[in-house]
Amino acid sequence: MDIFGVPIQAMMGQLMLGIVNGSFYAVLSLGLAIIFGVLKIVNFAHGAFFMLGAFVAFLSGRYLGLDYWAALFLAPLIVACIGMAFEYLFLRRLYGLDPIYGLLLTFSLVLVLEGGFRVAFGSSGQPYPTPEALRGTINLGFMILPIYRAFVVVAAVTMCLATWYMIERTRLGSSLRAATERPDLTQAFGINVPLLVTLTYGGGVGLAAFAGVLAAPIFHVNPSMGSNLVIIIFAVVVIGGLGSIVGAIVTGLALGIVEGFTRVFYSEFSSTVVFLVMVAVLLLRPAGLFGRTEG
Amino acid sequence: MRIRTTPITATAAGLMLGLGCATTSWADNGFSDDVVRIGVLTDMSGIYTDLSGEAAVEAVRMAVEDFGGEVHGVPIEVIFADHRNRPDVGASRAREWYDNDGVDMINDLSNSGVANAVAAVAKERRRHAIVNSSSTVGITNDYCSPYATHYTYDAHSLAHGTGASIVEEGGTSWFFLTVDFAFGHGLEEAVSNVVRDAGGQVVGAARHPLDTTDFSSYALQAQASGAEIIGIASTGADAINAINALAEFGVTPSQQPAALLLWFDDVHALGLDTAQGLLLTNAFYWDANDGTREFSERFYERTGRMPNMAHAGNYSSTMHYLNAVEAAGTDDPDAVSEKMRELEINDFFAQGGYIRPNGRMVHDQYMWEVKTPDESEYEYDYMRLVRTISGEDAFQPLEDSTCYLLDE
Repeated sequence: MDIFGVPIQAMMGQLMLGIVNGSFYAVLSLGLAIIFGVLKIVNFAHGAFFMLGAFVAFLSGRYLGLDYWAALFLAPLIVACIGMAFEYLFLRRLYGLDPIYGLLLTFSLVLVLEGGFRVAFGSSGQPYPTPEALRGTINLGFMILPIYRAFVVVAAVTMCLATWYMIERTRLGSSLRAATERPDLTQAFGINVPLLVTLTYGGGVGLAAFAGVLAAPIFHVNPSMGSNLVIIIFAVVVIGGLGSIVGAIVTGLALGIVEGFTRVFYSEFSSTVVFLVMVAVLLLRPAGLFGRTEG
Repeated sequence: MRIRTTPITATAAGLMLGLGCATTSWADNGFSDDVVRIGVLTDMSGIYTDLSGEAAVEAVRMAVEDFGGEVHGVPIEVIFADHRNRPDVGASRAREWYDNDGVDMINDLSNSGVANAVAAVAKERRRHAIVNSSSTVGITNDYCSPYATHYTYDAHSLAHGTGASIVEEGGTSWFFLTVDFAFGHGLEEAVSNVVRDAGGQVVGAARHPLDTTDFSSYALQAQASGAEIIGIASTGADAINAINALAEFGVTPSQQPAALLLWFDDVHALGLDTAQGLLLTNAFYWDANDGTREFSERFYERTGRMPNMAHAGNYSSTMHYLNAVEAAGTDDPDAVSEKMRELEINDFFAQGGYIRPNGRMVHDQYMWEVKTPDESEYEYDYMRLVRTISGEDAFQPLEDSTCYLLDE
């Protein structure tokens, strides 16, 4: 059966891939949205932390003999610590200034990290093996789906839900939301707001690193693996509504699917379609699909 | 006082600029600026860093040192710059080098878009450019000049190496995964011609941007095409990711991937587990004979890596250029160009190599097969020779070239 001349099998296959890519977008844009919501910083280094997560997994495997599962747990923690140190030493000084300063600082971190890793490991990248338990493929009838990609969807969605639950339904989350809206008042209640801000940045980049470890067996671990992704992630966050948690998750998945469909009909356009959606959303709903207009 | 730009002042300024360019003077000893300056224009920060980059600069430096560091008592200097894979950046750097920095020859030139752009500048400025790291046949066709030399390989030699061999073995239906710029298009076209000439068919192609990480949807398209052969018209990290995705989605081994430009570095990055059995056409392999081993071991000591064909080409072409300068007794571009086309190239890289009037250096190409992990006996022992393709068969016949020099 064909739809607009495209076999339904091909379409279902691309849809499935869209969901896989969308899960990456969701985890990454979630981290970015949290950071923007609390710090009001446009974290351009998000893609670099994604890459760092993949490299930590690769290096811990090579030199410490850690397996994938250990890396999936430890790499986000290690990268979160690096992120927190960066926030404490550098980023903190820019709060209250024009957002362009934060953008420049985080962008410079991208150049330093990517350049450093390129010098150390080259541009071709390093292979990272798929964990033994997740090798092989499942025949879905309409496509052959590698088991690992199915795992990525499950892991990413679980992580998104857990983060959402923590922010919306726990005491830590409510302090965080309070600190976002009224930092001075929250501080007056005896909550350490600067610490909360540091932890938020750590959490946000930790999510990026988590996505990086998930990506390591799929994409070759290479220094530029995050730089292409980060632009799309920004579009996702803008479409979802800056700072909106639900917006980031839903839009991430949805845009993955839109991209997948575009690949079926006009492949060359697939890298542009996200931005077209962004333009349309900004024209019709400037605060984004899930954003609130301040005022 | 404000100076208003009138057509007359603009013309005058243009004339002065033009004269400035044209008045490079060759001193009494026949050498401009009393130095022979070689510029290595390469990718120092992008996707092609591994196959050219810093190591390409080192290869040129090695050639200059081996040559003795001077020619007719005039010192030889090597400088380098990053073209960032952008033709506009490459072209403006080339102009600056030729016009202001006294660069006599530009080498390496990875990225076909950059190579074409710099070849055009070289023609306009009457200075030498030698292309080693990119495949565009534009260098010996539309952008040809007495000053542009295409040295190591090109899209035609790749198509007539790997492409033709696979067609001969019965792979007649092809689907291409093509990187969406001059290099990919040129390679796809060249291989498509070979496939069609042999009676095969091209069932389709998917175009992807340079530096793509996720090839999953292209892998599905390739699978859906049902083609026997999936031609990968990209290189470096793109080709690596494509090969990985084809394996991951179970496209291979039922459909066979043909990496049309695979570098030694790509095989190293893929690892023999994934790369085993792949065919590649390379003009050079470090472990081919005593000459290549001697060069490669010295190169390894300096850079910590084994050279690929472009690194070896950078060395050999720099040596050939310097030999021509020595024979001509000047670095005057026309005299050097004449000598470069006159002298034969005989070194570890090429035997009986010669440069055609359109700038194509003709020398043998080799088809290699990647060894299995069991066959590999020592570090970097990756390939075995399948067959040698003579230069005359590998490169575009002169009568097919559109180079204007051939009409004269």
